[in-house]
Amino acid sequence: MSQTTAPFHTPADLAEALRLLAAHPEAVPVAGGTDLMVAVNYRLTRPAAMLDLTRLAELREWTDEGDAIRIGSGVPYARITAELATVLPGLAAAARTVGSPQIRNRGTLGGNLATASPAGDGHPPLLATGADIEIASARGTRTVPVEAFFTGPKRSVLQPGELITAVTVPKAAGPQQFLKVGTRNAMVIAVCSLAVALDLDARRLGTGIGSAGPTPLTAPDANLIELPWGRTGLFNDALAEEFGRRVAAAARPIDDVRGTAAYRRHALAVCAARALRRVWTAAHGGSGR
Amino acid sequence: MPEPAANTFAPPQTPTPPTRAAGGVGTPRPGGVGSSPTRPDAEAKVNGAFDYASDLEFPGMLWGHTLRSPHPRARIRAIDPAAALAMPGVAAVLTAADVPGKRHYGLIEADQPVLALDEVNYQGEPVAIIAADTLDLARLAAAAVAVDYEVLEPRCDPEAAVEAGDYFRYQPVRLGDPDAQQPAAVVTREYVVGMQDQAPLGPESGIAVPALDGGVELYVATQWVHADLEQLAPCLGLEPDRVHMAIAGIGGAFGAREDLSVQVHMAMLALATGRAVKMMYDRAESFVGHVHRHPARMRYEHAADADGRLLYVKARIVLDGGAYASTTEAVVGNAASLAVGPYEVEHVTVDAWGARTNNPPCGAMRGFGGVQTCFAYESQMDALAEALGLDPLEFRRRNAVAQGSKLITGQVVDAYDPGRADRGRPFSPLADMLGRVKDIPVPAVPVGRDIVDLPGGTGNTTHGEGVRRGVGYGVGLKNVCYSEGFDDYSTASVRLELVDGATVAYLHTAAAEVGQGHWSLQAQIARTELGVDRVELLPNDTKAGSAGSSSASRQSYMTGGAVKAACEAVRELWRDRDLADGPIEATRVFRHRATKPMDPVTGQGESHVQLALCVHRATVDVDVELGLVKVVDLTCVQDVGKIMNPVALEGQIHGGSAQGLGLAVMEEMITRDGRVMNASFTDYLIPTILDMPRMRLRIVENADPEAPYGLRGAGEPPTLSSTPAIVAAIRDATGLPLNQIPVRPEHLTAHFGRQP
Repeated sequence: MSQTTAPFHTPADLAEALRLLAAHPEAVPVAGGTDLMVAVNYRLTRPAAMLDLTRLAELREWTDEGDAIRIGSGVPYARITAELATVLPGLAAAARTVGSPQIRNRGTLGGNLATASPAGDGHPPLLATGADIEIASARGTRTVPVEAFFTGPKRSVLQPGELITAVTVPKAAGPQQFLKVGTRNAMVIAVCSLAVALDLDARRLGTGIGSAGPTPLTAPDANLIELPWGRTGLFNDALAEEFGRRVAAAARPIDDVRGTAAYRRHALAVCAARALRRVWTAAHGGSGR
Repeated sequence: MPEPAANTFAPPQTPTPPTRAAGGVGTPRPGGVGSSPTRPDAEAKVNGAFDYASDLEFPGMLWGHTLRSPHPRARIRAIDPAAALAMPGVAAVLTAADVPGKRHYGLIEADQPVLALDEVNYQGEPVAIIAADTLDLARLAAAAVAVDYEVLEPRCDPEAAVEAGDYFRYQPVRLGDPDAQQPAAVVTREYVVGMQDQAPLGPESGIAVPALDGGVELYVATQWVHADLEQLAPCLGLEPDRVHMAIAGIGGAFGAREDLSVQVHMAMLALATGRAVKMMYDRAESFVGHVHRHPARMRYEHAADADGRLLYVKARIVLDGGAYASTTEAVVGNAASLAVGPYEVEHVTVDAWGARTNNPPCGAMRGFGGVQTCFAYESQMDALAEALGLDPLEFRRRNAVAQGSKLITGQVVDAYDPGRADRGRPFSPLADMLGRVKDIPVPAVPVGRDIVDLPGGTGNTTHGEGVRRGVGYGVGLKNVCYSEGFDDYSTASVRLELVDGATVAYLHTAAAEVGQGHWSLQAQIARTELGVDRVELLPNDTKAGSAGSSSASRQSYMTGGAVKAACEAVRELWRDRDLADGPIEATRVFRHRATKPMDPVTGQGESHVQLALCVHRATVDVDVELGLVKVVDLTCVQDVGKIMNPVALEGQIHGGSAQGLGLAVMEEMITRDGRVMNASFTDYLIPTILDMPRMRLRIVENADPEAPYGLRGAGEPPTLSSTPAIVAAIRDATGLPLNQIPVRPEHLTAHFGRQP
């Protein structure tokens, strides 16, 4: 005997997957494998068993639910960018920044959530728009608001035997922005990132912060900034900068090899001010892209 | 108006029918010198069929793995391999006690233990080696080896090491009397260069196969197979003729494959187990399993007179050699002799050290001691030009070396046509190149750019907000071939024979094809010299004589020179013989002109073989609020003496420039207390295609009368000059002094003050 091979379960549909997961709670689900297989190849993790999600057609579709888009957890980033840019511009912009084209063809939003890295690119737009995470197990299905999903660095409410099946994201009710700061112009882990969603009718602002705390964060105080709703001309740089200050204050960054805490706060303030200017301008007829 | 990606070279040559013994320079041949034939390895590398060293397999082979020290400095009290040996499928666990021969090896000084003896001196130092049925099992077994360490405080400050006299080499240069001068302007600055990694995409790998005669065969990715053999045979306790080595497919090198990595270890395991053993590092291990570029701390004082002539330069250069010698001695020599670059100055004080610390060992990397000082002296040239109110190009032109100039070592620049003059003055290739770069317009700012064209790229951080443009220049001077009296040579054998009626030339050398296109180049030379079309390359192995290293931009010069000499010899024999009577063979050893060591007190001496120049102009867009940089243009003028292969040459200039770009804005091995913090491609960032601009190249051919075809080594010079050009451009955009590379976003935004 030199080496045992870990069992690799290959369910054909969701029901079978949940049954297998209940019977083998040690099995690690794998979809795109873009996070997990790196860890496996480096022997950072040695899964006792794996559960292949790639045959589950249910997870690989998105549907229009009227006010929201329900995205199967197995939909790769490349499809989010290509197919959902109009209805979910913030998430599509974030998906565009993930890894390389090869990674975006395989990596999934569900995998991003399951890994629950504070640097996950998909998380800030979900926080900014108030998305819901759908989690299934043999016992049934539960829905967790995204702001309650993350519990620590690479930790979430996901329990053994549970599988993320979908993410329901409200359709954009106004301009959205996603900005990701990295020391390389592509294919880089975020030094920090920021998503902003503006809803003019509901007079609501949403924020999501990445890579600047133990989990992805929202900036509740920044969301409540007094904007000159209905009076476009009264928007000014001071407001944008105040928004930036509030976003920076909501962050809980650390110093690490990717950047310093001080830089992350500074960059978030700059990004937030730019993002608010862009969404406000776009909402009032300008080009905010 | 869109610029072409590169300048155009000579049009394709028209085929000429093969004639008997019709070769020779000036005889154009398809696929000969000056053309760009399809590389012999091109198709296999593109379609994935190429066998890299990591792809090799041997029936019944074991996998080797290295147990490395987690501590930068510790005493080893005991090693207990019992638990690992008890694991089924584990064939051997070897420690220092099992080294059959010499316990140490090294390229210049044999100071590096094959396996740690009673102490470890850097994080990642090999402590034990394991052979097992699978790689995974070997790794698990390594984890089961119990090593009792007494952890010691690491010494990580190179300045403190120099103070304490703990260094591999100190090399001064003394010329004239700097303190007696009356300067009009003086600039004094300190510069810091981070630790760059070669980051070859192919990890260290190879296979060792026990031979029936008690010896061993090795197939390994290496830059210099004979230097490997010379170091490893004594460690194995074998006569050199019992060790046969062949170069396996190399996935990039850049200096990282000069020192031994897997070689002795896999050979020891093969000899101990009597079975073939394969070793292959993963990326994290590769980052600690080879040497890096020396980090540097430098203090420079430059002074000029009112006419904009350099009066004196004082430089204090501390390179961190890390735990073991590797090639630090030679790197310090380069740093000292090239410390002021290609400028005339009569009063110089240089003090250069290579410190010994508990940081990762540093050694060869593209540019080899020329890169660190180039960043400093070019930054100084800009600062001094500004202090004098002079244009940076004009200031460089006024001080440029010319034919007959002396370098600070007293070496006379004699590598250009002595009869050539420029308006009555000796010809200055550098002044000519500075003029050429000036004549190429700086690119205009395009309208309606996509975010991928802006700093931050797909990160969508700017739509133009905070973006400022800057332009900067850099000039590099690099020595080609091995310096300071080293007996540098290469060997080539050529056999010409009739195969099914066709004339075929077989070439045999031990020169490493590291990706630069050397296989093509050898074949091109043979076609040109022999007038044949079919050239076959035999495996690069130790059955051939030494070719020296694929380093120091030397292989076109040296092995190119050896192949040319062997072909000329065959051509001579061919005049009087008919191939139908049998093959014609010749072996030739080629040497460049002799050099001298630097004087240990004054640094004087004709220490270099050949000098190569490169000029870069960088144009950058900087998001000054976020500190993000996009290099939008690199324009390069390089003097290569003779364009041997246009496509391969462009590749070298593009690649060298990209590696310099990486050092300018992102590449750094970060260490804290001797520990590497970012041993992965997640956090050690190298430029992507979105970071590297299209380049505009102007290639100059000022022939070197001493060199084969007049060529100048081309691989390294662009790595020197692109870095200071990019940093100068960022300074231009931001107005910040920027004395440290890589330039990080924090460096560009720190002045915004303490944000909330």
